[in-house]
Amino acid sequence: MTATATPPQTRSAEPPAEPPRQRRRLTAYWLLLPGALWLVVFFVIPFYSLVATSLYDPDGSVLHGYDMTWAFSNFWHALHDYWGPLLRSLWYGAVATAICLVLGYVLAYAIAFKAGRWKNLMLVLVIAPFFTSFLVRTLSWKLLLRDDGFIVNSLQFLHLIGPEGRLLATPVAVIAGLVYNFLPFMVLPLFASVDKIDHRLIEASGDLYASPVVGFFKVTWPLSLPGVVSGTLLTFIPAVGDYINAQLLGSPKQRMIGNVIQDLFTNANNYPAAGALSVILMALILVMVLLYVRRAGTEELL
Amino acid sequence: MSQVAERTAQPAQTGDGGSFDGLRLRSLTKQFAAFTAVDSLDLDVPSGSFFALLGPSGCGKTTTLRMVAGLETPTSGSMHLGDRDITWDKPYRRPVNTVFQNYALFPHLDIFENVAFGLRRRRGKDVEKQVGDMLELVELDSQARKKPAQLSGGQQQRVALARALINRPEVLLLDEPLGALDLKLRRSMQIEIKRIQTEVGLTFVHVTHDQEEAMTMADTIAVMNAGVIEQMGAPGDLYENPRTTFVANFLGQSNLIEGTLKGRDGDQVVVDMQGTLATVPASRAHVDVVDNNPVWLGIRPEKVLLGESGDAIDAPGNSIPGGVVTDVSFVGVSTQYLVRMPWGQELQVFEQNTGRRRLFRQGEPVEVSWRPEYAFLLDHSQDASAGVEDDAS
Repeated sequence: MTATATPPQTRSAEPPAEPPRQRRRLTAYWLLLPGALWLVVFFVIPFYSLVATSLYDPDGSVLHGYDMTWAFSNFWHALHDYWGPLLRSLWYGAVATAICLVLGYVLAYAIAFKAGRWKNLMLVLVIAPFFTSFLVRTLSWKLLLRDDGFIVNSLQFLHLIGPEGRLLATPVAVIAGLVYNFLPFMVLPLFASVDKIDHRLIEASGDLYASPVVGFFKVTWPLSLPGVVSGTLLTFIPAVGDYINAQLLGSPKQRMIGNVIQDLFTNANNYPAAGALSVILMALILVMVLLYVRRAGTEELL
Repeated sequence: MSQVAERTAQPAQTGDGGSFDGLRLRSLTKQFAAFTAVDSLDLDVPSGSFFALLGPSGCGKTTTLRMVAGLETPTSGSMHLGDRDITWDKPYRRPVNTVFQNYALFPHLDIFENVAFGLRRRRGKDVEKQVGDMLELVELDSQARKKPAQLSGGQQQRVALARALINRPEVLLLDEPLGALDLKLRRSMQIEIKRIQTEVGLTFVHVTHDQEEAMTMADTIAVMNAGVIEQMGAPGDLYENPRTTFVANFLGQSNLIEGTLKGRDGDQVVVDMQGTLATVPASRAHVDVVDNNPVWLGIRPEKVLLGESGDAIDAPGNSIPGGVVTDVSFVGVSTQYLVRMPWGQELQVFEQNTGRRRLFRQGEPVEVSWRPEYAFLLDHSQDASAGVEDDAS
């Protein structure tokens, strides 16, 4: 209070000696190195070899070897022979992604806004299926959906499917399997996005005459778009290329492009066709993703 | 606490049965589990007024505001706007808008769309023109296509104000609207908001813990404490004639001196204050006048006069000898003294630095006095330190 009191002198510490700029710059490269090496060995080289394979002479064989003949016709032949499974894959992937989006959004919203102290537990439960093998879980779906199983019997009793109706070896089973297997990839990014939304913004929309439904579409949904985009990408891309679900829950009629490629590589030994199909699938998905991300206006994700 | 009843002394208010054009709260209560945030609150906010709810944090003022906005459901009681019962209306059906404490601007919409949000929801006509006019009012017409994150705090504050005002609500609620701004900007925004309120003529209900902000802006202040209203009135009345120790300490500062009632003398109440007789006008004695009852005699620090020991002080009341200056703080426009009285209490005394008088030094003996019409009497059962702002942190 009195004017005589003077504040204690703040003694400034000696500034620490700055490390030479050169060394700091190099540190960044050293940190990049392991990841870059990994990518070169396990992505760039296989990718190069895949593209090369897709251009090999289709008349070659394992016994006599393959010649590099720049056979671009491989692509046309592959498309001509396998456009059916290719379109089916895109269709199954899209339907599965759409169902995942609806289910995943509801779940993510509930976990973020309504779960309260159960939030962490519910998130663990979302990830819990990953603790068991993908294959084992899909095999157990085969048991669940089997012809005289509990689910089929219940549906028959309710006359939702005919007395001879079945679930296994139908598109329903394949898509259900895809939805189940990829749901966590949708829920986690959606949760991250929805959880970040300031609840006061939703209050503000209500204060400004938006009913809860309007408020959802004008405020919550646009603010969760980054999660929607990354969730749909993380679901759609692996779902289109998946072959386990079609293999275990479907029949040859539900063959997806992944099954075809696997077959060509491992059974038919037709490497050029398999490679060409892989490259087509990759290019197709890349183009679709680019268009999608541009439309959604969330370029910062890329 | 039944200070609420004194509200009826306000001339502008009508009885419970009459029609009232404004916001009317009746026995409004909000309980969170075992905690009562708002306790049977009665309040009338006349239409067109600038009304401030002032109180420390946790006093229930924000909860009251959120109930009016519809963001919180009252446990019991009612809210009326004019003749319309809005107690159970959904927030989006109430003619009430809020300026949120953190502004809550929509980050994905630009300034124009933020301001247009309410109009678009109500399918208003002429959105372009109305938004343009509103942005002009808050002097942001050149920023219409920017996103909220690109604006400064003061600009965001004005967007929040424009976004609520454009709907011409019957009541505009402001929840600590200037809390996030720095002192200088806060001062200019106080004047700005007051100007806009005068211009648009809407009812503003302003919640704040900053007594200076409330006094600068509001026509009527209700001081809230622990879920009830302690006192309500014009800023000047509240400051000059507080009715409770809480108001005396929370709104400005007060010296509260223990005394004993010694009966009436015409319009004056006589108090024996530690051996010196002092008088207080009866209209400022907020106690039951019963002889020998203990009371608090209150006097604002700037009303206390200091004189050299033995000199006459230019005041009609008795002067009290035997004080010693224990602390002197020179703050530029005024000098703040602490004077230890013979009974051990330290009184605060603020003296204007007019230059006509010399400064007193620490340890100097002095006499103190004041004009009796500035003193006030408060009930001794109240805590003398209630509402003292804790500046220790």
